[in-house]
Amino acid sequence: MEPFAFSRATDASKAISAAAKSSTAQQGAEVRFVAGGTTLLDLMKLNVERPTQVIDINHLPLADVEHTSDGGLKIGALVRNSDLAHHALVQRDYAVLSQALLSGASGQLRNMATTGGNLLQRTRCVYFRDTNMPCNKREPGAGCSAIDGFNRTLAILGTSEHCIATNPSDMSVALTALEATVVIRGTGGERRVPIGEFFLLPGDTPQRETVMMPGDLITHVILPPPRAGARSHYLKLRDRASYEFALASAAVVIAVDNGKISHARVAMGGVGTKPWRSPEAEKALEGQSPNEHTFAAAAAAALRPAKPQSQNGFKVDLAQRCLTHALSTVVA
Amino acid sequence: MSEKKPGDFVEVQLGRRNFLQIVGMTGAASGLGLPIAAQAVAVAAAAHATTLKGDLVTVRFKVNGKAQALKVDSRTTLLDALRDHLQLTGTKKGCDHGQCGACTVHVNGRRVNSCLSLAAMHEGDEVTTLEGLGQPGNLHPMQQAFLEHDGYQCGYCTSGQIMSAVALMKEPCGPANADVKEAMSGNICRCGAYSNIVAAIQQVRKG
Repeated sequence: MEPFAFSRATDASKAISAAAKSSTAQQGAEVRFVAGGTTLLDLMKLNVERPTQVIDINHLPLADVEHTSDGGLKIGALVRNSDLAHHALVQRDYAVLSQALLSGASGQLRNMATTGGNLLQRTRCVYFRDTNMPCNKREPGAGCSAIDGFNRTLAILGTSEHCIATNPSDMSVALTALEATVVIRGTGGERRVPIGEFFLLPGDTPQRETVMMPGDLITHVILPPPRAGARSHYLKLRDRASYEFALASAAVVIAVDNGKISHARVAMGGVGTKPWRSPEAEKALEGQSPNEHTFAAAAAAALRPAKPQSQNGFKVDLAQRCLTHALSTVVA
Repeated sequence: MSEKKPGDFVEVQLGRRNFLQIVGMTGAASGLGLPIAAQAVAVAAAAHATTLKGDLVTVRFKVNGKAQALKVDSRTTLLDALRDHLQLTGTKKGCDHGQCGACTVHVNGRRVNSCLSLAAMHEGDEVTTLEGLGQPGNLHPMQQAFLEHDGYQCGYCTSGQIMSAVALMKEPCGPANADVKEAMSGNICRCGAYSNIVAAIQQVRKG
């Protein structure tokens, strides 16, 4: 691990000013905030992340879950994944989020990982994690080793000729289906970014993964009020039963009125370069009867834009079955 | 990405550890039949590798009920602080990347992977390691249950397994063996003592 200066932030403004000196908030940032540390320390040990300054934000007052005035939920960036998953209101009103969190990582890691940190979780692409191999995300212009390499676990949606790395988060997939808002405080004050705009496609700048700018600190995630009558579910499929990243996952929020689907939100994990919302699937569901035919049509619509690589063609079928099964479960 | 500046290096101070490393490097270079100049480069590289200047950080925390104040390189993980600075070697280093669970300890009563946490992040925290759980002659019920059920073979993962199992008692977890397996999935046992580990945990849970 490279040497770095360590400081403990007691004041968000000072932490933001210090971090604003970084040339980027994306890959290669010179200043990093540390909360849980489960991604950052891992990547620093691999020399994938080499910050010269690490600011511990664990003492900032961002660990509460509060009601919003309109009946939604405001989640502090430092709320640990295990606490959020077991929070009574999350379990009651946002089951998909609790299920997604509990399907991720291990009991130990969930006790460490935070809401803000999970949003910034990095890809598990083996070439990104290996500094001996070319990777456009780690070293722009170096080339992508995965496209002609080991790509079984990598993305089939949102890819580019420069990067096919999968976003590994379960939590972010649930937040996408729930249409969460990310609250960011930066040098210019506070801004609220809908989660659908928070993550960027790799395009020709795969080193840029989010809209985060130097100095930006995620302070909260806001969930809109739960939709009356809607039910939600998260299904994750993987190579082993526990403690593994998704090959395909689905987060669904569905309301049925008078035998027709009146509200549908669909997001998928393990298949996209970002948490993957599917407006195509939602359109195929809304107004239709909730049955296997409708679900299969929605799943087919969701995967129509898929571009499989040499080893991950199976994900096209797997993701469709995952989504169909999640939809059947949520309306059962 | 910032370049390293000359000021990032400090002069070589020979201690037992870097002396051995430098000698080892010279030996390796000689063995390869490299010219003297190349050997000198290898030795210089070894010297730099061992003397990158780290930021020193003070951390005050409680470990197994005892107040500790450590001055550590900022890169020191909680795991390395426990093992190398406090000589509490009951906590094991397995993968060092949060994948195996051998380094599991309790921070403020909750289980965490000590390898993925900087020691400096634990100012004011209460840390419990296996040594703080029980000792020979006064074992924690979970330690006793692991003995009774033969919940190990080589024993390397055992400390992490027991720390995880003890924390699990206070977490939401269903009654079935399958629930315990799911909750314990962050602790890998390559000997495959899983069924005995689950039996030990269930015995303690059922009281």
